[in-house]
Amino acid sequence: MASNYTITPDEIKEISGVNPLRCMRCGRCSATCPSYDNMEYHPHQFVAMVENGEIDKLMKSESIYKCMSCMACIERCPRQVEPARLIEAIRLAVVRQQGASHLMPDDVPALLDPDLPQQALVSAYRKFTK
Amino acid sequence: MQRIGVFVCHCGTNIAATVDVKAVAEAARKVPGVVFSTDYQYMCSEAGQDLIKESVKKYNLTNVVICSCSPRMHEKTFRGAVETVDMNPYLLEVANIREQCSWVHKDKAVGTQKAIMLMKAAVAKATLDTPLTPGMLPVTKRALVIGGGIAGMQAALDIAEAGYEVDIVEQKPTIGGKMAQLDKTFPTLDCSSCIVTPKMVDVGQNEKIHIYSYSEIEEVKGYIGNFDVKIRRKARYVDEDKCTGCGLCTEKCPMKNVPNEWNLNLDKRSCVYIPFAQAVPKVATIDPRYCLMLNKGKCGICSKVCGVGAINYKDTDKIVEEKYGAIVAATGFEISDISKYDEYAYAQSPDVVTSLEYERLMSAAGPYGGHLKRPSDGKDPKTIVFVQCVGSREKDSCKGGKEYCSKVCCMYTAKHAILTKDHYPDTDIYVFYIDVRTPGKLFDEFYRRAVEQYGVHYIKGAVGKVTPNKATGKLEVQASDLLLNEQLHIEADMVVLAAAIEPSHTARKLATMLTTPMDTNDFFTEAHAKLRPVESATAGILLAGMCQGPKDIPETVSQASAAAAKAIGILSKDQLVGNPCIAHPDEMMCNGCSQCAGVCPYGAITYVEKEFRMPDRTTKVRRVAQVNEAVCQGCGACTVTCPSGAMDLRGFSNQQIMAEVDALCQ
Amino acid sequence: MSVNENKDWEPKIIAICCNWCSYSGADLAGTNRLSYPANVKIIRVPCSCRVNPMFVLRAFQRGADGVILCGCHPGDCHYSTGNYHTRRRMTLLFSMLNYLGIESARTRVEWVSAAEGQRFVDVMDGFVKTITELGPNRRLEDLRCKQN
Repeated sequence: MASNYTITPDEIKEISGVNPLRCMRCGRCSATCPSYDNMEYHPHQFVAMVENGEIDKLMKSESIYKCMSCMACIERCPRQVEPARLIEAIRLAVVRQQGASHLMPDDVPALLDPDLPQQALVSAYRKFTK
Repeated sequence: MQRIGVFVCHCGTNIAATVDVKAVAEAARKVPGVVFSTDYQYMCSEAGQDLIKESVKKYNLTNVVICSCSPRMHEKTFRGAVETVDMNPYLLEVANIREQCSWVHKDKAVGTQKAIMLMKAAVAKATLDTPLTPGMLPVTKRALVIGGGIAGMQAALDIAEAGYEVDIVEQKPTIGGKMAQLDKTFPTLDCSSCIVTPKMVDVGQNEKIHIYSYSEIEEVKGYIGNFDVKIRRKARYVDEDKCTGCGLCTEKCPMKNVPNEWNLNLDKRSCVYIPFAQAVPKVATIDPRYCLMLNKGKCGICSKVCGVGAINYKDTDKIVEEKYGAIVAATGFEISDISKYDEYAYAQSPDVVTSLEYERLMSAAGPYGGHLKRPSDGKDPKTIVFVQCVGSREKDSCKGGKEYCSKVCCMYTAKHAILTKDHYPDTDIYVFYIDVRTPGKLFDEFYRRAVEQYGVHYIKGAVGKVTPNKATGKLEVQASDLLLNEQLHIEADMVVLAAAIEPSHTARKLATMLTTPMDTNDFFTEAHAKLRPVESATAGILLAGMCQGPKDIPETVSQASAAAAKAIGILSKDQLVGNPCIAHPDEMMCNGCSQCAGVCPYGAITYVEKEFRMPDRTTKVRRVAQVNEAVCQGCGACTVTCPSGAMDLRGFSNQQIMAEVDALCQ
Repeated sequence: MSVNENKDWEPKIIAICCNWCSYSGADLAGTNRLSYPANVKIIRVPCSCRVNPMFVLRAFQRGADGVILCGCHPGDCHYSTGNYHTRRRMTLLFSMLNYLGIESARTRVEWVSAAEGQRFVDVMDGFVKTITELGPNRRLEDLRCKQN
C-alpha cells in the first residue's frame, strides 16, 4: 500500500460507466444476489455509497471479493444501474492503489473461503464477461 | 389602391408616457396608402371603437391599423368593431406598441422611433391583407365511441343524455371492459360488477345508443363534424336480433375445453359462448377457431337446440358505413406480457399469477366461485407474496419494460391484501414495494388500514427470484428487505405480480386511422397536457380513460364525462366556424410532389387529379394538393416545405411577412 | 470586420416569434416591465415553422444585422411538431450562411415559452450584445435596397 493513489467517486463512475443517480432504490439487485449473506455491504449499498462518495469504506471492505461476478444484479436491474460494474470498478481501484505491490501467491490460501467458488475462476469470469 | 386608416392608442399613460403618440400618428400620415390617422385615449373603449367605425365610413377606409396593446389582447375586439361597419375583419392589423414597445423602453425618443417602425410594418402588412371568410362546416349530429369499457359507456351515456345518437364499437362480444372483470373496487370495496352491470344495462336499453359489439373500426376518413367511418362487424355466426340469450346452445355445445378469456384462461368455456351472465348484448357468439361445424362440417348441435333459429354457420364479416360528428377514443388497456421475466417463474408455475388473474380467482363469478384457491392443487394459500412494479418503472431498453408508473397497482394490491385477509385472516401476506404511491381521496388511509388493521407485511425491497419447489409444491421467494438490510427467503403458496399496464394493442392502428398523435408508449397524446386533457390534437377526436394514460375508475369516468361534454359541444352546433388563416395552394404552381402532406401534423392535405386548361385549348390532368379547410390549423409548416412555392398561408402570406421584414429593416 | 467606425451605428435586429409561446413571452416581458434593447423588432408568425429561410435571407439583404427565431420549447409546439421542422431547416440554413461568410452568431433559434418573460429579455440582451460586437452586416446587404 505504498502508493498515494487516491480515487474519486467520479473516477469510479467513469471506470464502470455507471450512473448511480439512475437507481430508484428498488433493491432488486440485493434480492437476487447469491452471495448476499457473505457481504458486509450489499449490492444496493454499493450504488448508494458510490453516490454518496464513500469509496474508501468500499475499498477496505471484503465485500468486493465476495461478489462472484454472476451479473445477476445487472440482469435484474430495471433501471440499468448495473451494480456489478461498480463493484468491479472498485476492485480495479484497489489494484491501482496498490501500485506494484500485489498480493503474493503465498498469502492467497489464507484468504480463501471454502464456501465460495475458486477465486481464480471467478476473476477469469470478471475479466472475460465484461 | 388601399385607403388605410391608422389609429394610435394612448392606453391612458401606458403607451403615451414613453411613446409620443401624436408623432406616431403624424408619421403615419406620410406612409403611402395611409389616408387618415389619429390618436385617442382608449381605443378599446366604446368611444374608441365608435371612432374607428365612424372613420371607416367617413374616409371610406379599406384597411385599418391599430397601434395599441398586443394583438393577443384586443385584436378580436377591433375586428368585431370593423365587422359591424361591413369591413372584412381580416383587413385589420394591430401594431403592438404597448407590451413590445412602451412597456419595455424607458426613453421616449427611442420608444417613439420604435413605435413608428412597428406602425410602418403593420401598415405594410395591412396593404397586402385580403378579405378572408371562415368556412362553415356542417355537423353530423351523431357520435362514435370506440371501446365499450367504463370510459366508453360513460361517454356514450352522457352524449345520449344530451339527446344525440351514439354508436359504441366494441371488439369483444360484450361491453363492460376490464371493470366488469374486477372483483371489488378500491378504496370503498364495493363489488365491481354490482356497479358496472347496471351501467351496461343502461347503455343496452338506451334508445339513443347503438352497440356494435364484436366489431372493429376498419377505416376513418373525414374531419371534425364529418367523419366517415367503416365498421367491420365480425361474423359471430349468431343472429343478434334473433338470439334471446337463453344459453341453451352453450350448455349443449360439445366443445367444452376452450380457454375462457373472460377468466383470463384460468378455466374453460364452450365453443359457442356468452362471456358472462350479465353480458350486454346478451347474445351468443361462436368461436370460429374451435367450432366443429365450421372447421369440420360436423356437429351442428347448437343450431338444432336453438329455439329461434339464430345460428347461422354461413355468417360473414359485414362492413357498416356511418357518418359521425365527433369521435371518442376509449380503447382502454391491457396487462403487459410478463412471461419474459423469468425470475418470477410466471410461465413455470400456475401459482404465480398477475393481479388481474388474482382478481378473477377471488371473484364470486370467477373460476372458483369466490373461494380463493391455489390454481395448481386447489388448496387454500397460507402465504402470499405480492410483487409491485413488475414491468413498470423500467428503463425502456430493459426487456421492453415500461418507464411510466402504472398508477393503480399500489391501490389494488392493498385491496387484494385486505380482501384476502378479510376472507382468510390467518393468511400471511407480504407486499414488496419500491414506493407506495397512494395519492387520492381516502387512498392512503386505505393502505394504512392494510398495514395497521390487517397486519399485511409491507416490505421496502424487491423480489429477486421465485423458484417453484416440486417436492413441497411451494414457491421459494428470495427477496431483499432494504430497511433491515437483509435478504429474505420466504416459502410462499402464491406469488401475485402487479404487471405493468399498457395501452390496447389496437390503439396504434386506430391512431393512424384517426391521424391523432401518440407517445412512444402508445398512449394517445392530449392536445394540451394541462388545459386540453381530453381532446386530441386532431379536432373532433376526444380521449377518455386508460388509452390516454394510466388512471383509476373515478378518473376514467370523469375524463369520459369531460370528453362527452366536448363532443356535445361539437354536436350541438349547426355549423362549425373554421379558421380562415389556413394554408392554400396555388394550383398552377403545385407539382403534386406530396412534400406538404408529409409535414402536415393534421393530415389536412390530400391530392386530387384536376383538369387544367392549357393555352392551346387542350386540357391536361395534373395532380395537385388540396387543403381541407376544416382540418388545417394554419401552422404553415407546408408553406416552407413546398419546393415550388405553391403553398401559402392566408393571413400570414410570404408577401406579407417579407413586407414586414422590409419595413422593419428600413 | 468588426471595426465599428460609425459611432451612431445601432444594430438592426429582427426577431420572428411564434404566436403561442414566444410572442406571448415577449408580451409577458412587457407586462412585467422588463427592459430589453429597442433594436429588437418582433414579427409575429403562427408557428416558428412558418419561417421560410427566405425571410431570414431577405432580412439580411435589407440590412438587418441579426435575425433571431423564437419558438415553443421542443415538445411544446402548439401544432405539436412545428418547432422540430424549424430546428432542422434553420440548422441547414445557418450552415449555408456560415459557408457564405455570414457569422453564425448573427442567426439564432431560441425556445422561449409564454411564461419566460425574463428568458426572452435575457436572450435578446445576449443577442444584441453579440451583434453589437460583430458590427454591421455588410456581406449580404443589398445597397440598392437602401433608402435614405
